[in-house]
Amino acid sequence: MEVVQLQRSFLEYSSSLFQEGFLDAQFSQLQQLQDESNPQFVMEVVTLFFEDSERLLNDLTFAIEQPNVDFKNVDAHVHQLKGSSSSIGAHRVTNVCIPFRNSCEEQNIQGCLRCLTLVKQEYFLVKNKLETLFRLEQQIVAAGGVIPMVE
Amino acid sequence: MESCNCIEPQWPADEMLMRYQYISDFFIALAYFSIPLELIYFVKKSAVFPYKWVLVQFGAFIVLCGATHLINLWTFNAHSRTVAIVMTTAKVLTAVVSCATALMLVHIIPDLLSVKTRELFLKNKAAELDREMGIIRTQEETGRHVRMLTHEIRSTLDRHTILKTTLVELGRTLDLEECALWMPTRTGLELQLSYTLRQQNPVGFTVPIQLPVINQVFSTNRSVKISPNSPVARLRSPGKYMPGEVVAVRVPLLHLSNFQINDWPELSTKRYALMVLILPADSARQWHVHELELVEVVADQVAVALSHAAILEESMRARDLLMQQNVALDLARREAETAVRARNDFLAVMNHEMRTPMHAIIALSSLLQDTELTPEQRLMVETVLKSSNLLATLINDVLDLSRLEDGSLQLDIGVFNLHSLFKEVTRLIKPIASVKKLFVTLSLAADLPEFAVGDEQRLMQVLLNIVGNAVKFSKEGSVSISAVVVKADSLKDPQAPDFFLLPTDGHFYMHVQVKDTGLGINPQEISNVFTKFAQNQSSLSKNSGGSGLGLAICKRFVNLMEGQIWIESEGLGKGSTAIFTVKLGIPRRSNESMHPFMQKVSANEVQTNLSGLKVLVVDENGVSRMVTKGLLMHLGCDVTTVSSSDECLRVLSQDHKVILVDVSMPGEDSYDIAVRVHERFSNCLDRPLIVALTGSTDRVTKGNCSRFGIDGVILKPVSLDKIRNIFSELLQHGVLLET
Repeated sequence: MEVVQLQRSFLEYSSSLFQEGFLDAQFSQLQQLQDESNPQFVMEVVTLFFEDSERLLNDLTFAIEQPNVDFKNVDAHVHQLKGSSSSIGAHRVTNVCIPFRNSCEEQNIQGCLRCLTLVKQEYFLVKNKLETLFRLEQQIVAAGGVIPMVE
Repeated sequence: MESCNCIEPQWPADEMLMRYQYISDFFIALAYFSIPLELIYFVKKSAVFPYKWVLVQFGAFIVLCGATHLINLWTFNAHSRTVAIVMTTAKVLTAVVSCATALMLVHIIPDLLSVKTRELFLKNKAAELDREMGIIRTQEETGRHVRMLTHEIRSTLDRHTILKTTLVELGRTLDLEECALWMPTRTGLELQLSYTLRQQNPVGFTVPIQLPVINQVFSTNRSVKISPNSPVARLRSPGKYMPGEVVAVRVPLLHLSNFQINDWPELSTKRYALMVLILPADSARQWHVHELELVEVVADQVAVALSHAAILEESMRARDLLMQQNVALDLARREAETAVRARNDFLAVMNHEMRTPMHAIIALSSLLQDTELTPEQRLMVETVLKSSNLLATLINDVLDLSRLEDGSLQLDIGVFNLHSLFKEVTRLIKPIASVKKLFVTLSLAADLPEFAVGDEQRLMQVLLNIVGNAVKFSKEGSVSISAVVVKADSLKDPQAPDFFLLPTDGHFYMHVQVKDTGLGINPQEISNVFTKFAQNQSSLSKNSGGSGLGLAICKRFVNLMEGQIWIESEGLGKGSTAIFTVKLGIPRRSNESMHPFMQKVSANEVQTNLSGLKVLVVDENGVSRMVTKGLLMHLGCDVTTVSSSDECLRVLSQDHKVILVDVSMPGEDSYDIAVRVHERFSNCLDRPLIVALTGSTDRVTKGNCSRFGIDGVILKPVSLDKIRNIFSELLQHGVLLET
């Protein structure tokens, strides 16, 4: 019963993501929004998030490497990132954005740099995880099974 | 004088003789003529004389004799030949007739004689009839007396009146000297003089019941003549006169206890009273048969009347007893009700009193868990939480069970989302399961309705209990939950083969199976599992805790939902499967567009309000714009998204009912759009509602919202519920500011 095994691993993986804080309830909301009229909703939103976040991270990197850091600009970007990640439920990313914003307010370059590194780290982690999850989903669908509900 | 030789010469007629003959003949003739006339006259008068023609004959004979004698008158003297011829004719005729008559009389006279005999016979008969008439009249009179007596006796239901009346009437009818009634005593060994006619207050004479004369009377239902000297008849002091004849008769006394259900009373078990009737002394009267019969009939009537009176008394007594018992029962019932009410009040109060602190403990402990704690502290808090959860469960269980037991528990029927119930259960059990590395899988049948009518709370309780047990008793492996809709006859509880599932209109049976790969249950103990407070004896389960009430309550709930629950297990270590079926209703509103998150009627209204609602979403952040759009589309709204306020104003039209603006950018620029919307629609009544999406609801934000005329606020991150609630409130009430 390959499907069952796949389902099992999918469930295990999803639960671990939730438990470890990579994803939170907002992500479940998104999953619930996915139905027959909108079968790829989650995939689309996540893809958009990836694009958006990478763009933001590039802009952030660029902005911080400037000699005169425009903290307002940086803050705006971080705010955006925070918004996106919280909309999608990327919990750990959102959490890291908070001290990032604080650093921006304090105009603390070192803090910002540190936070940027952290953000990037978290972002790539969650991206990896989400991509693995989607792969599993595709495998299940390919094997003819139904994606089990994850709560 | 010439004389003829052929004839003797007549002697010279003696004048005297001739004259006398003449006269006699005349008178004879007269008599002869008058007799028939008389006869005819009287016969005509009587009209019953049967022999009329005999009379005619006789008359003719007499007339002719008379005629002869008459004609004789002319023959005394010389007469002519004519006269002689006439005379001869007459004589001849007379001869003929008289002979004929003589012959006739031979026949007739015996008849006439027999008439006399018949008359005598009839007279005797008449005399006999008279006598019989006399007897009948006497009998009829007796009957009248009996009827009158019976009427008197039956007209009352009072025992004493009955008996007194009997004696009085009997005495009057039969003209008795004395009449007495002997009743058996309570012991049944003696007869006691209870009533007499003449004596007002009879002294309590008693005679033993085994006297031969009494036995003789009791052995027959006829009235018996007894000796005046027998002890029962010696009611007056013996005087010098001859006592009158005495008759005694038995009076059966019927008792209610004589009557069995299928068994009419046997004569041998009856009790009798003795009625003694004494004729007046010195009257030389005898007891006539009809009087004896009268006495027997009266005795029977008295028996019936007495038994009626007795039965009536019994039934009155029984009725009084019943009324008393009724009163007592009523009192007992009210007391019981009071006791139950008191217990329920006590339970309710205790329940509330016990639950409130429990809630406080649980809530605060879980809050405490979320703060920074050292590992030891964490352990302590976890223990506190676990113990208080256990206690809370125990309290709930006990309360539920007591309400289930006395039948006062009723299911709270309502429409609920079946699918989400299962998902909720799995979600709740996931954390524990994953700690134990157990996989929990849920599979719902495709034809399982999304919505059902039933008691959501209790069903969840049952499911949680069973799934919880499955997880609790499994150390490794998986727990699988499956739910299907049952077709009739497809699944039967092997322990209840008479249980048939009949899907009725508007209802369906759901079959749920929870399979685990855990410890399993000894097949012999399966029946014990649902017993209150009974625990498995295996040592493995000793550490699992629990009150042992869980499954008993589940069973009760499942039974209330008209279902069955049972557990199958192949043995220890082989896992077990808990299976239950419940009857759920199908919600009548099979609205295809029913949203899965809708639960109450008000939500239904919201759905119709939101469907097709044109919403404009303004958000700079692409991801959150997409998420919001997805949410709104799921709610059925018609969504347009823009990323800047300029674009918004460009796209905005009168069709848009709601504008959703993200105002989480610092500064007041985001509120700019609200200002411009107000400007544009200042003269118009159909201004679209403005809802702000914000990351915080501090005072500044609130102030800004009210300053810039924002109708509603939603705290980020947005969720379906939040949007739904805000929109519904806004659309219903117009303006609302809520966090």
